[in-house]
Amino acid sequence: MQLALEVGKTAQPEAFMFWILGPMAVVAALGMLLVKKAVHSAILMAFVMVVLAIFYIAQDAVFLGIVQVVVYTGAVMMLFLFILMLVGVDSSDSLTETIAGLRPIAITAAVGFGGLMVSLLGRATLGRQAIGLSAANADGNVQGIANELFSTYVFPFEVVSALLITAAMGAMVLAHHQRTTVRPTQRQLSINRFRGESLGSAAGLPGPGVYARHNAVDVPALLPDGTPAPTSVNASLEARGDMLDYKSFDLSEVNTQIEEEK
Amino acid sequence: MNAANYLYISALLFTIGAVGVVVRRNAIVVFMCIELMLNAANLSFVTFSRINGDLDGQVMAFFTMVVAACEVVVGLAIIVTIYRSRRSASVDDASLLKR
Repeated sequence: MQLALEVGKTAQPEAFMFWILGPMAVVAALGMLLVKKAVHSAILMAFVMVVLAIFYIAQDAVFLGIVQVVVYTGAVMMLFLFILMLVGVDSSDSLTETIAGLRPIAITAAVGFGGLMVSLLGRATLGRQAIGLSAANADGNVQGIANELFSTYVFPFEVVSALLITAAMGAMVLAHHQRTTVRPTQRQLSINRFRGESLGSAAGLPGPGVYARHNAVDVPALLPDGTPAPTSVNASLEARGDMLDYKSFDLSEVNTQIEEEK
Repeated sequence: MNAANYLYISALLFTIGAVGVVVRRNAIVVFMCIELMLNAANLSFVTFSRINGDLDGQVMAFFTMVVAACEVVVGLAIIVTIYRSRRSASVDDASLLKR
């Protein structure tokens, strides 16, 4: 790896890459704030993360670049999209501000903070020349990191493993759903079915689409007499308003007479 | 180009992430902005590792990644739990302690 050629100064191809990808990353990050839908934010975020991975690799941090792609764009963004799917993909933010004057204050503070950071960086000097990683990466980047990780940083490494296990436990505890009622047994369910107010569902519910003109899950089944059975469609589809209007599938409404050929 | 330019971009990304945390109200987007701030810090670590010529910065960035992964797991579980009880992922709706 001879990407960080000179100290302080970077090679020409790297500068080229930086001036293309850097502004793109900043624009994508800004877009993350401005777009309305959370899914679009997530995709822009994934783009920023991929750009950062390229930056890592360009800066001789090959291992971190790969880990960035695998862990962030692979696992973390996948988790984000998964939760977005659970919470509802089209849950777009209303961009009106609830706290009066929050947005101007936030933007002023951000401009101040960003300006402070940038001017600080512009004025700071290391007092010596930058070194570059060609010496530290002489045995390979992965080997170098492994040397550090399993000698100097072995205790933090173990602590981090404990943290990971704790996080997994925490997620399990949070996701666990406590049952507040006793789970009905098969016997109880069967008794309820036959001793209920009607025998209509005694033979079990038909699946969606049975006898109907479509066999999609959002089409209610037709009972033998031609009337639709809305209970055959999954309740959550109905709650989301994704069930098709079953009026048009009612066979008693459809004209079943075959027109006479002339 | 100076290697310190990466630090400028890191500062910009961090600032954008901070604004996002304050301005956006969807809890998931707020969370993504926190991730953006962590990533910006990581870029600084990697750049300083290169400037200083040792791998300590990269090891730090590696630890940050692990902590961020833990944080995502627990944070998203909390968001799902809140969503389950209030049917909303907006941070403004979780204001029961205010009243």
